[in-house]
Amino acid sequence: MTQHLPTDAVGADIPPLDSDEKLSGRAQYIADLSRPGMLHGAILQSPHAHALIKGYDLTAALALPGVRAIVTGDDLDDAHRMGAFIKDEPALAKGKVRYSGEIVAVVAADTEAIARRAVRLIRVDYEVLQAVLTPAEALAPGAPLVHDASERYIKVFDAGTQGNLCSRTSFHEGDIAAAWAQCDVIVEDEYQTQAQAHLSLEPCGALAEPDAAGRVTLWSANQSVFRVQANVCESLGLPMTRLRCLTPRIGAGFGNKMEAHVQPALVKLALKARRPVKLILSREEDFETVRARHPVTVRMRTGARADGTLLARETELLLDGGAYGDDSPGVLGYALLMNCGPYNIPNVHAHGRVAYTHRLRFGAFRGFGVPQVTFASEQQIDQIASKLGRDPIDLRRQNMKRDGDVWLGGQAIHSNGLAECLDVVQRESGWAAARATPAAAGDKRRGYGVAVSAHISGLLASGAIVRMLEDGSVLLNTGAVDIGQGSNTALTQICAQSLQLPVDRVAIASPDTDGSPYNWGTTASRVTYVTGRSVVAASDEVTKQLKRHAGEMLECSEDDLELRPGGLVAIKGVPDKCVSFAAISGRAHWAAGGPIIGSHSWVFDQKTVDPKRAVALGLPFQQIGIFSFSAMVVEVEVDTLTGKVSVPRAWSACDVGRAINPQMASGQIEGAFVQGMGFALTEEMVWDGARLANPSLMDYKIPTFAELPATLKSYLVESTEPTGPFGAKSVGEIGINAVAAAIANGVADAVGLRMNQLPMSGERVLTAWLAREGAA
Amino acid sequence: MNTPTPITLHINTEALPVNAALHDTLLTVLREQLNLTAAKRGCNQGVCGACTVNIDGRPMRACLSLAQHCEGSQVKTLEGLDGTPRLRALQKAFAEGGAFQCGFCSPGMLVAAEALLAEQPAPDAAAVRAALSGNLCRCTGYMKIVDAVLAAAAALRLERA
Repeated sequence: MTQHLPTDAVGADIPPLDSDEKLSGRAQYIADLSRPGMLHGAILQSPHAHALIKGYDLTAALALPGVRAIVTGDDLDDAHRMGAFIKDEPALAKGKVRYSGEIVAVVAADTEAIARRAVRLIRVDYEVLQAVLTPAEALAPGAPLVHDASERYIKVFDAGTQGNLCSRTSFHEGDIAAAWAQCDVIVEDEYQTQAQAHLSLEPCGALAEPDAAGRVTLWSANQSVFRVQANVCESLGLPMTRLRCLTPRIGAGFGNKMEAHVQPALVKLALKARRPVKLILSREEDFETVRARHPVTVRMRTGARADGTLLARETELLLDGGAYGDDSPGVLGYALLMNCGPYNIPNVHAHGRVAYTHRLRFGAFRGFGVPQVTFASEQQIDQIASKLGRDPIDLRRQNMKRDGDVWLGGQAIHSNGLAECLDVVQRESGWAAARATPAAAGDKRRGYGVAVSAHISGLLASGAIVRMLEDGSVLLNTGAVDIGQGSNTALTQICAQSLQLPVDRVAIASPDTDGSPYNWGTTASRVTYVTGRSVVAASDEVTKQLKRHAGEMLECSEDDLELRPGGLVAIKGVPDKCVSFAAISGRAHWAAGGPIIGSHSWVFDQKTVDPKRAVALGLPFQQIGIFSFSAMVVEVEVDTLTGKVSVPRAWSACDVGRAINPQMASGQIEGAFVQGMGFALTEEMVWDGARLANPSLMDYKIPTFAELPATLKSYLVESTEPTGPFGAKSVGEIGINAVAAAIANGVADAVGLRMNQLPMSGERVLTAWLAREGAA
Repeated sequence: MNTPTPITLHINTEALPVNAALHDTLLTVLREQLNLTAAKRGCNQGVCGACTVNIDGRPMRACLSLAQHCEGSQVKTLEGLDGTPRLRALQKAFAEGGAFQCGFCSPGMLVAAEALLAEQPAPDAAAVRAALSGNLCRCTGYMKIVDAVLAAAAALRLERA
């Protein structure tokens, strides 16, 4: 047990460090920034899903007073393309458009109004080609190709790319063929999930400023200044030394701002205009050109013994990747890795494909494929429970991962709070009594649903630099972008705790590719865990240097020294023999040793697949992360006259390892739950042929105060991850994974309908209800 | 027509000369001419509420309010409410209660909440939900916002007692 001190920062509900600026309206987001001499940008979008660009006529647009520069595909060379897994995407359309809404040209002008007027004066000569708008169409023999030679693109893993097959991945474990014969009960079905828009309230945008030497400074709505730098430089063929990326405050990111949006095209435009240019997408443009959650077709089959033991699972996924690879291969691979949920299933075959189509690219979105696969998986667990006459929670408890179990692929699980998560939501929801109450026979039927899920915290590289300033206070620099979830506050708490300092003696630097250590990004639920580890290690390095100085100053051995709260190094057991951080840092700066700087960098390195245990083909990541867990119960009400589903009460418990800031952690769980309700019940991007039909908040319905549950309880389970900073895991995504599944199980409990398609809109539920009642 | 016309807007404590064409919204004028950027452009069609400002005592969408129509009205933005007792109580409750994350919706949310508390010093949760139902938040899941507004109302009542 750690001793609880008055300066303990970890575990404290410290208000977010940016409270004052954000609650007074002074916080500066990308649209609020301005530079001297700044121009304004606007985009021209393709009206076609698939067309050759035969040429541009820019005469009228360039003649408009106030227009300073226009960039089209003609300004790009053929050689340079970007992509997290497959380098298939140009900075803007070149030679061809591949989805309706794709950026075809960007204009810089004195005002946004002039830029938008100029865009309408650009004439593009298109030769319209046949488009493929669904994965089935795209993968049919002889289908028009989205990319003429996708096989030849540079890839960072064995993607198996061929024609419109963007990537394919599979996992085999055990002996699936033999296992089915041992199953006493098997459920099998097909599920369809929809495209969900991220809808961060801040639309994407960027501001690029070239200097006299041609070096560019770029601010943008982003989740990683380093991914912005990589994408812009890859797609424009710029050396990375030519681009410095910074971040303003971010109006939320749920995966949409991780990879590029307008930054590459805007940098090209600013270089051409030789002036700063700011370009902010309208809400409609943001819907049409950024990215969205993958629509997934899930075919799933699950088998169990009569005693409830899960034996076999086969999962086949087909993802619509849209026009460019983006994060699709990663989403597919991760969804397959997580397809069994947190259960021991000895025989597994999980395989899937991503298809290129002539639609908006689909990419990272909170949950990264797990909400889709969990929607299927957790319904099948309930169906097996139902067939065996078992309580759904009991069946889950029988099969869930426990201490000593390994994940699909063989990776060890170091900490597992799933049992406690299930206990908490079972108890708090009054599950036993609630399930025992028969659904009333009126128009409004109530039911209860449960679902569990897992997620990872991890992936790739992080670093931290902790510098002690002359007065003994500390500057922490990690390069991790705070996208609103509060990572600046959490990382500051971790640093303050490590050095036994009050939080207000630690400042955190804003991410800057010139000055920050590399950080892959604020994504994959990784900042608290992966970056937090670097913060602890860099702080420990500072502690070591402090003790070296103090030992010399106090004429004692470093081993006899300890940190005391408030910035002191003292001799153990001798309270008055101590020196302050200020005295040590003054000595280091002016007399001996040099300024104290602690640094650390690492890359997550635990192998995901043990080849002796599982066979994986087309694995897009070798080392993915450590595991976190969640369980939730929802009370669902189905109005059988309208089909409308509501969630009066919900209980969501997440295993966070250790809560660095419990209030912020519960904020992640609540926010994820409500976003998951939108995914489950109302949100759906709808295409009318090739064109997105509802790119507006009028027509795309996210949850509001009106749809809120009357009760939404979040619970933090602390399982203490041994590799985590102070035992912590990350909590950004885990809370969304099981929401749609829990609600679907609640609908089944309330009205006996299995909803296999998302969202479970009033229309779909009513149609299913009437079909069943009509048949009865 | 489309040519900007000089008008005077009463914003916060000042009478400010601006140039506004007929189609210029209050939001455009606030953000682009007056550098009052607390009000945000989230959708520009009156759905998200991030641009909410107070016009003559009522929370209104700045993105749907034509600047020329605001002549003669008293406009209060979050910048102008900053420092007033009701806003201070709300800011404290939002900060301590985790009622914001990215903060992009917060200016509009706070303006709407302030108008509610001005009219109704002791709202219940249902009244808070109703008053804020035109303000979208994608981060928090809303529960902590309801609790924070109730906490601010309670704190203000205590101050007055």
